[in-house]
Amino acid sequence: MKIDARGMHYRELNERIHDAVLKGIKEIDIVNVLGQRYIGTGIGEKVTINVYGTPGSDLGAFMDGPVINVFGSCQDVIGNTMNNGKIVVHKDAGNVVGLSMRGGKIFIKGSVGYRTGIHIKAYKDQCPVIVIGGKAGDFLGEYMAGGILVVLGIFGREKDPIVGRFIATGMHGGTIYIRGSINKSHVAHDVSIEEIDENDLSALKNIIQEFCDAFGITDPNSILSHQFLKLRPKSHRPYGQMYAY
Amino acid sequence: MNFSYPEFLVKVSENCIKCRRCIKECSFGVFSWDGEKIKINHEKCVACHRCAACCPASAITILKYPVSFKENHLWTEEILRDIKKQADTGGKILTGCGNDKPYPVLWDKMLIDACQVTNPSIDPLREPMELRTYLGKKPEKLEFWHDKSGEIKLTTVMEPQIKLETPVIFAGMSYGAVSLNVHLILARAAKELGTIMNTGEGGLPQELLPYKDHIVVQIASGRFGVNLEYLNSCAAIEIKIGQGAKPGIGGHLPGEKVTEEISRTRMIPAGTDAISPAPHHDIYSIEDLRQLIYAIKEATRYRKPVGVKIAAVHNVAAIASGVVRAGADIITIDGFRGGTGASPKVIRDHAGLPIEIALARVDEQLRKEGIRHLASIVASGGIRSSADVLKAIALGADAVAIGTAALIALGCHLCQKCYTGLCAWGITTQKPELTRRLNVEEGALRVTNLVKAWNLEIKEILGALGINSIESLRGNRERLRGIDLDEVYLDVLGIKPAGR
Ligand code: SF4
Ligand code: SF4
Repeated sequence: MKIDARGMHYRELNERIHDAVLKGIKEIDIVNVLGQRYIGTGIGEKVTINVYGTPGSDLGAFMDGPVINVFGSCQDVIGNTMNNGKIVVHKDAGNVVGLSMRGGKIFIKGSVGYRTGIHIKAYKDQCPVIVIGGKAGDFLGEYMAGGILVVLGIFGREKDPIVGRFIATGMHGGTIYIRGSINKSHVAHDVSIEEIDENDLSALKNIIQEFCDAFGITDPNSILSHQFLKLRPKSHRPYGQMYAY
Repeated sequence: MNFSYPEFLVKVSENCIKCRRCIKECSFGVFSWDGEKIKINHEKCVACHRCAACCPASAITILKYPVSFKENHLWTEEILRDIKKQADTGGKILTGCGNDKPYPVLWDKMLIDACQVTNPSIDPLREPMELRTYLGKKPEKLEFWHDKSGEIKLTTVMEPQIKLETPVIFAGMSYGAVSLNVHLILARAAKELGTIMNTGEGGLPQELLPYKDHIVVQIASGRFGVNLEYLNSCAAIEIKIGQGAKPGIGGHLPGEKVTEEISRTRMIPAGTDAISPAPHHDIYSIEDLRQLIYAIKEATRYRKPVGVKIAAVHNVAAIASGVVRAGADIITIDGFRGGTGASPKVIRDHAGLPIEIALARVDEQLRKEGIRHLASIVASGGIRSSADVLKAIALGADAVAIGTAALIALGCHLCQKCYTGLCAWGITTQKPELTRRLNVEEGALRVTNLVKAWNLEIKEILGALGINSIESLRGNRERLRGIDLDEVYLDVLGIKPAGR
């Protein structure tokens, strides 16, 4: 099914998407998207939504199952509090990618703004994964409580560092992998920076393979053969010692 | 050397029958048995009165520990104790419950009017009194049409509403801060009373699903337990920006309190800290708030009201106006006496505003801007009685939320030790041997009784005011007078002084 979103208000567009999902349609193409918010928000079915253009904020918020392919760039807070599903962005995304997500995957080919993967969590068999092909802004993985965040630094502006400042502040769970080197003084002091081991490599292999498949990159090994750093919290209780009882 | 001494002195009189029940009842470990008699560790007593209430021989008395500090109005006993505690530990002082400092209680400085001669009062025993209230966005005007048969039909599309049979609802208290039994009690009472309870920010225990039409689920900065099922298992959704007991700060449930069950509703691994950041990191402005409100409306297909809860702070009127313009259907204002399971004491006692002032200012601001109908106002934070409820409604609230008052009905003695997780009354604890002390059926009855009693009193006062529905009292400040208040207070509250 195809929807032409030119000049359409988000409410009407999303009404149409929800109607289509309700009717059992499994694949929806939306063309001429320009700033419409909330595409895929609150959908709990396993459908595929292909977005052509530039969608607005909160794409895929609270979603629980769909696959959203964005052939363009995204605005802010994509995958907000998402529970399951997949978002694939072929260009860049704005700030706060994947806020508080609990499951599912977000793959972004290009770069992202501030606060990527803030407060993402893992729960039981759910483990959110975010992969950034380009560079990430400040506050990457802030308050991170679980899940996996990968920044590859392959794409994006040459002059930008792979990751900005204040990396992993308040992190108390999960793992961040960064391909390349970072300025250690920008990493929160209660987070350890380690070399990756065999287990990390095998986890990364699967993730990178899926990332490459999403974007038609044929040689995952060229990505994997590079140096990766692993960031992990030293404590799961960063704020345990601050109170007088 | 120990710089701190006990706060309370526990005495067991000669009436003691040595049944040793107090040893079991005191969860703070004050009592032990030395082989012959009860031994007492005064230092641990928090004055929760559990032991005294349970002692079959009425043998227990609890007194303030009789060391006399040299009287000093600057360096009070509380300040001295706090300094010593901080010198011992180097930590922020935690506390529970609401602000207990002697700031003026403005409810007690407002008097309600009554009818005499010139307009007749109404007898609630004989005449119907309407306490029904709807929370949600109201239309600017109503439009009707006559269909072919001549019947009048409403053409205005109404936004979703919550129907309440009493203007009293239950305030957000999370599973984690309170026990599952407390949630079950409030859910049952809400159903029985035709009102709503609020999950707080700790997710929705599965056991509450049968009551979902009487439940408001909260979305706070930690987003704990928030998924599609959560958003669809409720009467309304509330975005929690702040709470009166700790405006402007986040919260954190320490890992040791994240048990298996708590972990399930919060959807985080057991034993990890549950951290609620101070702001929502997708909300840095009113525009961002609008974005989240509509994300929730989109996710629930515009079927449920979306509320926003803010703490009463200095600029509350302008903030509330922004919140309403952002699209909130209900705005909850929580005054600085609102309770908490845990808050740094310095914030609880020194930040925010009394609800009386915040409520009056918000109602006035929204009216001035012509947007009062766009959202219902819920006032909370230290509502103690039906008189407070009435005064709040006259100041402009659509409904009030009670938390502490409901817990007191369940046995809470305001010892302020909720953050220890040792509540001897089984309220703010997850220890099975303590939570068992609250019987769900009996508790639901007690809370239902409390609100029913208030309903009766509210009807009584409405009758005395000569009005027969709560709607007619809303924002009717003409029926209030201030006593013992200076001009500035009267102006802020928008009421006349007694005698005028
Ligand atoms: S039960 Fe409460 S009041 Fe009694 S001794 Fe223990 S802490 Fe004190
Ligand atoms: S809930 Fe329990 S711990 Fe908290 S103040 Fe009441 S009695 Fe004390």
